[in-house]
Amino acid sequence: MFLQPKSVEAALAMMAEPGARLLAGGTDFFPAQGEQVIEHPVIDISRLADLRGIATTPTHIRIGGAATWSEIVAQPLPRGFDALKAAAKEIGSIQIQNRGTIAGNLCNASPAADSVPPLMALEAEVELLSAAGTRRLPLGAFILGNRKTALLPGEMVSAILVPRNVAENASAFGKLGARRYLVISIVMIAVAMSLENGRVGQARIAIGACSAVAQRLAEAEAALVGCRKAEEIAGRLHAGHLAALAPIDDVRATAGYRRDAALILLRRVAAAAMLAAGN
Amino acid sequence: MYDSPKYASRAGIPLTLNGAQITVNAPADWRLSKALRDALHLEGTKIGCDAGDCGACTVLIDGEASCACLVALGQVAGREIVTIEGLGQRKTAARLQQSFLRHGAAQCGICTPGMLVAATALLERKAAPSETEVQDALGGVLCRCTGYRKIVAAVLDATAEKQAAKLPDSGAAVGARIERLDGQRKVKGEDVFGADAHPRDALLLRVIRSPYHHAAFAFGDLAAYQRAHPGIARILTAADIPGENCFGVIPPFADQPVFAATHARFKGEAVAAVVGDKDEIEALDLKTFPITWTELPAHLTLDTALAATDLVHEARAGNILVRGRVVKGDAEAALAGADHVVEGIFETGFVEHAYIEPEAGFARRVGERLEIHACTQAPFMDRDDLAKIMGLKPEAIRIVPTAVGGGFGSKLDLSVQPYLALAAWLTGKPVRLVYSRTESIATTTKRHPGRMRVKVGADRHGKLVAMDFEGDFNTGAYASWGPTVANRVPVHASGPYFLPHYRALTRAVHTHVVPAGAFRGFGVPQATIAQEQLYDMLADKAGIDRLDFRLINALGPDQPTVTGQVLGPGTGIRACFEALKPHWARARAEAGKANAVPSLTRRGVGVAGMWYGCGNTSLPNPSTMRLGLKPDGRLALHQGAVDIGQGSNSVITQICADALGAPIARFDLLSADTDQTPDCGKTSASRQTFVSGKAAELAGRALRARILRLANAGEDAKLDFGDGHITVRDGAAAHRIDLGPLPCDQHGYVVMAEETFDPPTAPLDADGQGVPYAVYGFGAHLVELAVDTELGTVKLRKITAAHDVGRAINPTLVEGQIEGGIAQGIGLALMEEFHPGRGENLHDYLIPTIGDVPAIESILIEDPAPIGPFGAKGIGEQALIPTAPAILNAIADATGVRLTRVPATPDRIRAAILESRK
Ligand SMILES: Cc1cc2nc3c(=O)[nH]c(=O)nc-3n(C[C@H](O)[C@H](O)[C@H](O)COP(=O)(O)OP(=O)(O)OC[C@H]3O[C@@H](n4cnc5c(N)ncnc54)[C@H](O)[C@@H]3O)c2cc1C
Ligand code: FES
Ligand code: FES
Repeated sequence: MFLQPKSVEAALAMMAEPGARLLAGGTDFFPAQGEQVIEHPVIDISRLADLRGIATTPTHIRIGGAATWSEIVAQPLPRGFDALKAAAKEIGSIQIQNRGTIAGNLCNASPAADSVPPLMALEAEVELLSAAGTRRLPLGAFILGNRKTALLPGEMVSAILVPRNVAENASAFGKLGARRYLVISIVMIAVAMSLENGRVGQARIAIGACSAVAQRLAEAEAALVGCRKAEEIAGRLHAGHLAALAPIDDVRATAGYRRDAALILLRRVAAAAMLAAGN
Repeated sequence: MYDSPKYASRAGIPLTLNGAQITVNAPADWRLSKALRDALHLEGTKIGCDAGDCGACTVLIDGEASCACLVALGQVAGREIVTIEGLGQRKTAARLQQSFLRHGAAQCGICTPGMLVAATALLERKAAPSETEVQDALGGVLCRCTGYRKIVAAVLDATAEKQAAKLPDSGAAVGARIERLDGQRKVKGEDVFGADAHPRDALLLRVIRSPYHHAAFAFGDLAAYQRAHPGIARILTAADIPGENCFGVIPPFADQPVFAATHARFKGEAVAAVVGDKDEIEALDLKTFPITWTELPAHLTLDTALAATDLVHEARAGNILVRGRVVKGDAEAALAGADHVVEGIFETGFVEHAYIEPEAGFARRVGERLEIHACTQAPFMDRDDLAKIMGLKPEAIRIVPTAVGGGFGSKLDLSVQPYLALAAWLTGKPVRLVYSRTESIATTTKRHPGRMRVKVGADRHGKLVAMDFEGDFNTGAYASWGPTVANRVPVHASGPYFLPHYRALTRAVHTHVVPAGAFRGFGVPQATIAQEQLYDMLADKAGIDRLDFRLINALGPDQPTVTGQVLGPGTGIRACFEALKPHWARARAEAGKANAVPSLTRRGVGVAGMWYGCGNTSLPNPSTMRLGLKPDGRLALHQGAVDIGQGSNSVITQICADALGAPIARFDLLSADTDQTPDCGKTSASRQTFVSGKAAELAGRALRARILRLANAGEDAKLDFGDGHITVRDGAAAHRIDLGPLPCDQHGYVVMAEETFDPPTAPLDADGQGVPYAVYGFGAHLVELAVDTELGTVKLRKITAAHDVGRAINPTLVEGQIEGGIAQGIGLALMEEFHPGRGENLHDYLIPTIGDVPAIESILIEDPAPIGPFGAKGIGEQALIPTAPAILNAIADATGVRLTRVPATPDRIRAAILESRK
């Protein structure tokens, strides 16, 4: 059963169908489906205007859940989004970016989901919609584990909200993979940063693919405060700042390498963010 | 409340397809790729993975490149879709198609539709893109054949309308960069691959496979299962096989069952199949098939298999399938007396062929005969093996190879064919089978993982004195080409150098993993990784420049090889190294300059040489070519060498045309079909240009002699082919032969020639001494790269490849082979490793993308092989062999660390760098 609601309300009503699943860009949905024939109702939300587009509210920048990576890249946005845009350009390939959506990436909840660190570094919140109403969760409280989210039955992600003041910060993103295109991250890092009198005022650092859910690194953030020059950054960050990570061995890399590379990449991305902040 | 989808699908789904407004009557939740192919029968859109990983299914949705396998048909209702079939109508795209032909950017052609569509999306937005923009636009389409460079060049050159080059005149075909003769249908998406052509009423077959590496099994109530699923026409198991439940590419070692009878020896081994109505078979959940499994202990590695007392095959003691051996002189004594000795243990991983076309085909029963249409590299071997399985005479089986979307060795072995043959025979209906990507990776052959312990020594002057080589190769559960690997490696492990003393011993070891078989180079690339790294180490120890060291030791035409063969003229390795000299000097200087500035990124330059015997090792491997002149004056070339993208359709015609003295435009090509073309052997071992090409040359010359005889003309006479007549011009005399009145033979030809060529070889004795190959190809690669020493990542900057090809029959195609081989060598060196039972998809198994292959400069050296057609040798496998060791040597040059285990992934490189600092 293939359902094509004309409105978000209709979509929410359809979600009451037993076993119904949402389909957006399909870039996670179809690979997971594999060869198996689809037997449950599918609700196509990829064309719901209410879920698309990027808008500015008095307090937030609001990205529709069904906004695609290509749409996000093409949209003029404050520089806090530079990291997210950089991540978007690295997601799979053009084909994937043209279809894949931001909510799909979050709901799929892969430890290697590239949009999560940039959004965490922007203090993003997830807007959840159901027939019962709307609620908001910080991104960190929405993704609960590997392939686990706080989505309740009948609920969808309607938008991602980024506070406008945070969005004014400079940002940078780095992704490490074993080939140029179409590659799942071994490590990826996003840093958003503000300067005060030429020194780091606040840094927000998030790191992915090194634990079941991407994490903010509070100690590393604190260590950067007051830093005056990008060249100083490397010296301020050390392995202890990454103690909370729990990287695993898999076909892409060893855990030890992930931990090691994470620090190197963090130093570089933080330095890039600082340079961006100074410009 | 909402639109009923059922209602919507009943009305059909409206969309604009290639400019036409149509309604598609198919379920809205079908993938668009499936709807295009199965409902609309537009099969130019290819399916390589069904998961977004290969891009072969790329279409435009409202102008945006998208994977049709990741979109539901219902999602594109009302949208504008453009597929490969619609590109011809668009000006930019039509130019692009012609540019692809000019540049030789399509080899097998399976990725070509996706490439063209993705490039069209770019060019329609930006008429003159940069190289980076081209790469960004095509990064999502994988190609396993071309190495991408010609694709990039073709897209960059698609801006202007250009004239296609005219086909060369008589006598000018050899050496000409003609467009591939089968190219038009490839760039139009009209080539028919294994999954494409099939009778519309074909039943579908799906295979039930072992979920364990090693397990015993028992079927439950199959009859009840069939009754419960009325769509099943037949369930097939080992009990249904009329002939022998056993096949294998090397008959004395044949050991692989079509269906395991009582226990499975690798994860993915077939145990049964269901055949029936397509929709119902597709909808089956095969996990409910009535079978109980008892998992058994499995040997997955060389060490466990060699130490085990329980055997993978009872008759093969110690789990050893076969041993290989070449011994010359006294390596041990010579090493003891050498001035410089280095040694090491080198390991390589399982490598998957990862052609973009998963195995597919269909079969039908025609009276008391069977016809199998499938992708294959070896039609006659397929035929003979299927005859045994089916208990039929070989003549009762017809193999019609479809276009092959890449093979690289794995499509030499049977895959879908036995299941199709059995099902079509028993049901009497056409039957179709298309492997999923997972099935393809899990069950078809791989490159052998190798572990090699090697010691080499040189004297004070840097002259090699001896090598001692021991290699074990994990051959998996069944023999496949394991014996070939075990025998080829000892013949080649010296590399193209003179070694007075030599001992090379190999073993192919059985384990409970998917069989390892043939993959571009049959073990030689693995051995070269060891050999060429050690030569660098030895050069360093002797204090000699690494390229000079190779020149000092390069095998000369009068020096015996390690098997005692003196190759004589055509020993082109020295010329290859000489050709690299200026590049070496430049690259070393540039790297030195860059490294003088302190940086975490270090530049490195590496070189490696190779040699490779063309054709079977000391075994007959004849090819036969038939050439007929038709009454209308056209020529029919029965060209049975399967073109798997490498270009034999074109190259062999070029050879034949010049041997005969006819223009290529006169030729009608009959491609491989066991009913139509004589046996040209298998497309492997770099033998088609050399062996089949030689047969084509002989056939051309024989036909020429016959025509000249008709006119009583001398050898140097010129032939002018007209419609229905030939004019033979001998000096001033012109003799017109009218073909119409001449009698036709049983093939319908007025004059015909059929010639066979079998390269002369001699058996190897107990020490491996003899003449294993009539001809060797030679080559050397130079790699320039940069290593990020903190992250262990490698950025390739440039690869310069010098190859002695004897004669470049079609330089564009030769370069295509070199570039494609290099891309596979990059994968072998830096990223590819298959873990049996894990990651059986192109998401986890990484092959190089368009952004991973640097600029490549090919240097073609033409040191003619006297025996080859117009002097030509093979190039298919040669090109891959030196890339990986040259990369590893360059990494060592940059960082000082040796990677003895490939792939040299960032984590391994980083670990080696950290280790070296301890
Ligand atoms: C070849 C390939 C390469 C890839 N590379 C990358 C990469 O480099 N980095 C990366 O991070 N990801 C990558 N991905 C994963 C994928 O593209 C992203 O996760 C994408 O953003 C998912 O979005 P989608 O719209 O396609 O989701 P879908 O596939 O449509 O949906 C995914 C899941 O989310 C649910 N869902 C979708 N939208 C909503 C919603 N609004 N509310 C609630 N639930 C919802 C669906 O029901 C489904 O369970 C890749 C995928 C492929 C196939
Ligand atoms: S088939 Fe769609 S991307 Fe491979
Ligand atoms: S030509 Fe690209 S995959 Fe064969």
